[in-house]
Amino acid sequence: MLPFILKRLGLAVLVALTVSFISFSLLFLSGDPAAALAGETASGEDIEAVRRLYGFDRPMLVQYGEWLWQAVQGNFGESYYFKLPVQSLIADRLSVTMTLGVCGITFALLTAVPLGVAAAIRPNSIIDRVALFLSVAGQAMPSFWFGLILIVLFAIQLGWLPPSGASSWRHYIMPTIVLGYYAMPAIMRLTRAGMLEVLNSDYIRTARAKGAGEMRVMFKHALRNAIIPVVSLAAVQMGFMLGGSIVVESVFALHGAGYLAWESIARNDLPTVQALILIFSMFYIVFNFLADVLNAWLDPRMRSS
Amino acid sequence: MRNAFMKTTALALALSVSATGAALADKANDTLRVAYTKELENVDSYFNSSREGVVLQRAVWDGLIYRDPETNEYTGNLATSWDWVDEKTLELKLREGVKFHNGDDFTADDVVATVNFVAKEENGVKTQRNVNWMESAEKIDDYTVRIKTKEVFPAAIEFLSGPVSMYPAEYYAEVGPSGMGLNPVGTGPYKVTEVVPGQHFVLEKYEDYHDSPKGQPSIGKIDIRTIPDVNTQIAELFSGSLDLIWQVPADQAEKLAEMGDQFTVSNESTMRIGYLSMDAAGRSSLDPNPFKDIKVRQAINYAIDRQALVDNLLKGESKVVWTPCFPSQFGCAQDVTEYSYDPEKAKELLAEAGYPDGFTTEFYAYRDRAYAEAISSYLNAVGIDTDFKMLQYSALRELNMKGEAPLSFQTWGSYSINDASAMVSQFFKHGSLDATRDDQVLEWLDVADSSTDPEKRIEFYRKAIQRITEQAYWAPMFSYNTNYVTSKEVNYTPTADEVLRFTTMTWN
Repeated sequence: MLPFILKRLGLAVLVALTVSFISFSLLFLSGDPAAALAGETASGEDIEAVRRLYGFDRPMLVQYGEWLWQAVQGNFGESYYFKLPVQSLIADRLSVTMTLGVCGITFALLTAVPLGVAAAIRPNSIIDRVALFLSVAGQAMPSFWFGLILIVLFAIQLGWLPPSGASSWRHYIMPTIVLGYYAMPAIMRLTRAGMLEVLNSDYIRTARAKGAGEMRVMFKHALRNAIIPVVSLAAVQMGFMLGGSIVVESVFALHGAGYLAWESIARNDLPTVQALILIFSMFYIVFNFLADVLNAWLDPRMRSS
Repeated sequence: MRNAFMKTTALALALSVSATGAALADKANDTLRVAYTKELENVDSYFNSSREGVVLQRAVWDGLIYRDPETNEYTGNLATSWDWVDEKTLELKLREGVKFHNGDDFTADDVVATVNFVAKEENGVKTQRNVNWMESAEKIDDYTVRIKTKEVFPAAIEFLSGPVSMYPAEYYAEVGPSGMGLNPVGTGPYKVTEVVPGQHFVLEKYEDYHDSPKGQPSIGKIDIRTIPDVNTQIAELFSGSLDLIWQVPADQAEKLAEMGDQFTVSNESTMRIGYLSMDAAGRSSLDPNPFKDIKVRQAINYAIDRQALVDNLLKGESKVVWTPCFPSQFGCAQDVTEYSYDPEKAKELLAEAGYPDGFTTEFYAYRDRAYAEAISSYLNAVGIDTDFKMLQYSALRELNMKGEAPLSFQTWGSYSINDASAMVSQFFKHGSLDATRDDQVLEWLDVADSSTDPEKRIEFYRKAIQRITEQAYWAPMFSYNTNYVTSKEVNYTPTADEVLRFTTMTWN
């Protein structure tokens, strides 16, 4: 088990480094950071001065190395836009994104797993059809559009929920549904497929033969085995949600890390974008890693691969 | 793609909501709720460069002078009178009895400290142009100061009535720009009671506001939230949790206006102008470079139906513009060469220039893709094939500074400074963004920029602007506009400078 974990860990670190390096290079291709910093009225000399001041005139590899060295020590520099330390800026906003991510994945699991089980118990029944419809719709709908539809329905027509903002728990209900709904289809389909496979296996027949109740067979024997891949999928989805809530945060005016990333790209705020990309990819990598380890722990066959 | 979706959604929003009852504004609590689209980096007005920041600046602080947005006349605000002692020294008498929000008296010391701080380049004021014309300030007595300019600077009065506002000396020295951003203190009609950086600002009426030309504030509280998505802002408006939104896109504003009884939609022009910049000086690597030929530049000017662009895309209070400056700006002469839409003439001119079958050029833009594409199709219609490229602002700016963009769609807002120097002198004085490099124009602009005689300034700006249009260096096209939507409870008449003035807002 330990060699497996170490191997995966090494791989995760390499992926993180690669992501940060690629994003660092891409940012330099997207426009002259010195020109963006110097602003609309700057002359050519102003821009040259800014270039020297921020060290943009040095080779990119050197700049990357220096940034990485500082980042490892937890220092992500100062935001060009807010003139505040990036780490404090992000810390302020990460809580919103984390809350949203945890609520989103919980919502997805609480709806997708029961639906998947129900669909597997009666394949091709009405429940199965409804579940299929829901999952196709979830994958197909752009989340900003779904978000706006919810706002129209619950905030404007019915007046039950506030349209946007983050000042109470009620503000999180719609964003949670939108974010969770995006992850729901995959989890549900996997639960259904897993259950169908398990339900046809020998030991379920054995369980039934020895007279175990249907509920007991379903939840004690079948679901426990079918849920293994779902757990790892959920972990991956969770990583995806933490980095991918940009649109949801923007629609619901939640000032989280995703929205900060989106705005910082538009503002060419390199230190902030860099730090956020690293943090988001770390989330993704950590959750992937956890999923791998979890899988290996649950299923010894995975360890050898 | 995303835009298309947005529009459909806006329509869906508008249709689905039209049936519900009108939402009530928060008039009962005397609180006006406003949305900002962009996050403001710092409330300290010297350390942000966005429109949202200017709005707060005008509410929280005062300038020495005030320009009436309707008549464009200057009157005293924190100063009561002013006089040029010599070409580079302006003496101002200050208003007595004015107090800052924290109780400090406003005196000459505050003016001296503010000017001396912001004028120093190393203090890093974000928009240097707003302040770098000032050399220093000195106190004559408690209520008399002198401001020295670096060069002869006739636009000083305009700047003192715009971006230069007065800060409390002692407090600012103590807390600096970041402290000022979190706990702003000024003399303005509204004081700030809450700041969540970038997200939420609460202003309250300043009861002891002096007898200012801005007028006395009427609405008790202003609550500003940052809501990035326009559709969400509209939803908030529908649900009654916002009273005012602005910078609303034309198509959505139209839908809201059609709903009649719930909202007031008003439109005002802004100082921003859209124009085509051409590589007349031949700095790009194009060979042969068609833009060096005046006939080609004239052809491009003739090829575009500006009125159609205004009527169908920009709409509202936008106007066709023929000058490289906004018509209301001081010195922006309007007796210039106009190139009304004439595609046949454009083709003839191209043929005369040796391009009977047109030519192919790269065409760049950084915003308003729809406008740029429409312009592109006008150019295609007279035989100019465009290789259209949409870039980030900073990337296109870099190309333009190096002179590598042969043809680009540009816009300029002059920072709402009502003086032609803010635009003509910005682009035609052989700076890195000058794609024309006309010595004659440079000479005339130098005279106009550095004369204190208004008549002389008008004369030389006219000469320069007439030559620029005669030579068709640019293709100026149109002015921009912006839409303001308020609930029926709010009474507000927007001004042409795109600054929200809370002081002139009242409840109906």
